[in-house]
Amino acid sequence: MKNRTHFPHIYLGVIMVFMYLPILFVMIYSFNGGRSAVLWTGFSLDWYRELFRDSSIFDALINSVVLATLSSLCAAVIGTLGAVGLSRVSLRSKGVVEYLSTLPIMIPEIILGMIFLVFFSLLGLPFGMTTLLIAHTAFCIPYVLMQVKARLVGLDKSYVEAAKDLGAGELRAFVDITFPLIRPAIVSGMLLSFAMSLDDVIISVFVTGSNVNTLPIKIYTQIKTGVTPKTNALCTLMFLATLFLGLLSMFIGRSRKGSNKQPDATTNLNINEETGG
Amino acid sequence: MIVSMEQVSRPKRPARDRMSLIAILPLYVFTLLFVAGPLIYMLVLSFLSRAEVWGVVNQFTFRNYARIFEPIYLKTFGQSLKLAFTSTILVALIGYPFGYFMAKLSPKWRGRMMFFLIIPFWTSSLMRLYGWIIFFQANGVLDSILMGIGLTSEPLKILYTYPAVVVGMVYVLVPFMIFSVYSSAEKLDWSLVEAARDLGAGAVKAFLTISLKLTLPGLLSGVVLTFIPSMGLYFIADILGGNKVLLMGSLIYEQLMKAHDWPFAAALSVVLMVMTSLMIYLYRRVTKVKDLEGLI
Repeated sequence: MKNRTHFPHIYLGVIMVFMYLPILFVMIYSFNGGRSAVLWTGFSLDWYRELFRDSSIFDALINSVVLATLSSLCAAVIGTLGAVGLSRVSLRSKGVVEYLSTLPIMIPEIILGMIFLVFFSLLGLPFGMTTLLIAHTAFCIPYVLMQVKARLVGLDKSYVEAAKDLGAGELRAFVDITFPLIRPAIVSGMLLSFAMSLDDVIISVFVTGSNVNTLPIKIYTQIKTGVTPKTNALCTLMFLATLFLGLLSMFIGRSRKGSNKQPDATTNLNINEETGG
Repeated sequence: MIVSMEQVSRPKRPARDRMSLIAILPLYVFTLLFVAGPLIYMLVLSFLSRAEVWGVVNQFTFRNYARIFEPIYLKTFGQSLKLAFTSTILVALIGYPFGYFMAKLSPKWRGRMMFFLIIPFWTSSLMRLYGWIIFFQANGVLDSILMGIGLTSEPLKILYTYPAVVVGMVYVLVPFMIFSVYSSAEKLDWSLVEAARDLGAGAVKAFLTISLKLTLPGLLSGVVLTFIPSMGLYFIADILGGNKVLLMGSLIYEQLMKAHDWPFAAALSVVLMVMTSLMIYLYRRVTKVKDLEGLI
C-alpha cells in the first residue's frame, strides 16, 4: 500500500495509445474525400466503393484466406500429431527434429524466404499456391507444436491411464481423453497460425508466382508505388476482421479457462492476495 | 500367422510405439524435406559460383564470403547492426517497464491488457507501418500538429529518414519484448520483493537485486526476439526509409531478386543465420532455459 503512485497505470495507458495510433490514422483517413491519402478534405465513403469495385483486391483476399486456412489446417494436423507422438517416443533424432521444426519462427524471415526460393527452384516446383502453402505451413507448424507441447506437459497422465484401465484402446484414449484436453491448445495455435499467415509479406514475396497475389503482397506493392486512400479502406476492413478474430479467440480462451484450468486460477489468486496485502 | 497377430495385439507397448511413430512421421518428413533440406542447400549454395548471366555453376569457391568484406557490404552490415542495437535498446527501455507493470495488475486487467496488445500485434504490420507514413509524411499529421502549435514553421520531412525507420522498428518489435518480460514477471514471487523491502532495501535496490534478476530471462529473450528480426525486417526500412537505409535484409533481397546472385545471397544468409544461432545459444547458456520465454 505504501508509495502507491499512478505512474505505472499512466505509462501502460500512454504506450497502449501509441500502439493504436497508426491504426487510428489509417481508419480515419479511409473516410477521407480527396485524392490525397494525407490531406484531409472531408468525409466520404468513396474509397470503400472503389475498393469493392477492384476485383484484383478481391482475388488477393480470397487467395490469402484460402492460404491461411489451408496452412493453419496442415500445421494443426502435422503439429498436433507431431507433438503428441514426440511426447511418447524416445528416439535419438527427437531433439534435432524438434529444434529444426521450430526453427522457422526463430530465424529472420528473410532467410526463410530466401532458402525457400532457392530450394523450390532447385526442386523445380512451380511458384504459386503450392509453394506458398509449403512455406506458410513451415512457419505455422511451430505455433501449433509449441502450444500443444506445452499443454501436454501440464496434462495429468492419470486420465489416460484410467481410460486404458477401463478398456479403452490407444486410439480411443486419444480421441476421448487426450484430444479434448489439448483441443484449446490446437485451436489457439491454429488461430495464431492463421493470423501469421494472413499477415506475412516477406516470405510470401519470395515464394509467390508472378500471377498469384496475397493481400499483404498487394498492399505492399500499393504502399511502395504510392499511397491511395483505397489502401486505407482495405486496411480498415482487415483490422475489423482481426478484431473479430481476436474476440473470437478470447471467447474460446475464456471457455477453456472455465473448464480445466483450475490450477492456474488458484495460483493467480495467491499472487493477487500477496500483492494486495 | 495367427500366433504372430496375437503377439502384436496383446502387449500394449509395441502398438503404442508404432502409432506414435506413425504420428510423428508427417512432422519428420516435412521438417527434413522443407526445413533441413533448404538450410543445407543454402549452405552448399554459398560455396558455389554464380553463372555468367543467370543461375549457378557447380564450382567450389570462398569468393562469396570474401565479398562480404568489401567496404560497401561491410558498411551495410554495420548500418544493419547499428539499427538493430538502437532498436533493441529502445524496445527494451519501452517494453520492459510495460511488461513489468502489466504483471502487477489484477488478473482481470492483465487479461484485458493482453487482449488489447494482441489485437495490434495480429493486425497486419504493413497497415500499422502505413499509419506511420500518414503520421510522418510531409504536411501529414505530425507536421500539422507541430506547425499548428507553432513548434515548427515548415514541414519536418521525417518520412524516409533514419529516425522514421527506428520508430517503425521499435513499434513493430515492442510487443515481442512486452510478451517476454510479462511472462517472466507474471511468475515472479512478489513476496520476495516485499521481504527485501521489509529487510530495509530501498525500492531501487529491491528492484535491482530481486525483480530485475528474476525477470532477466524474459528481458534477454525479448532482446533475442527483437534483435534477430531487426536484422531482417527489410520492408520496414523499405517503406519508412525509402532507399536511404539499406539493411542486411535489403541486401539479401537485392542480391536474390535483382542482381540474381544467389550464391552471394546465400553467403549473406549463412552469416546472418550464424549470428542468430549464436545469440540463441548465448541466451540458453546465460539463462539455462531451453525455449525462448514468451514466444508463444
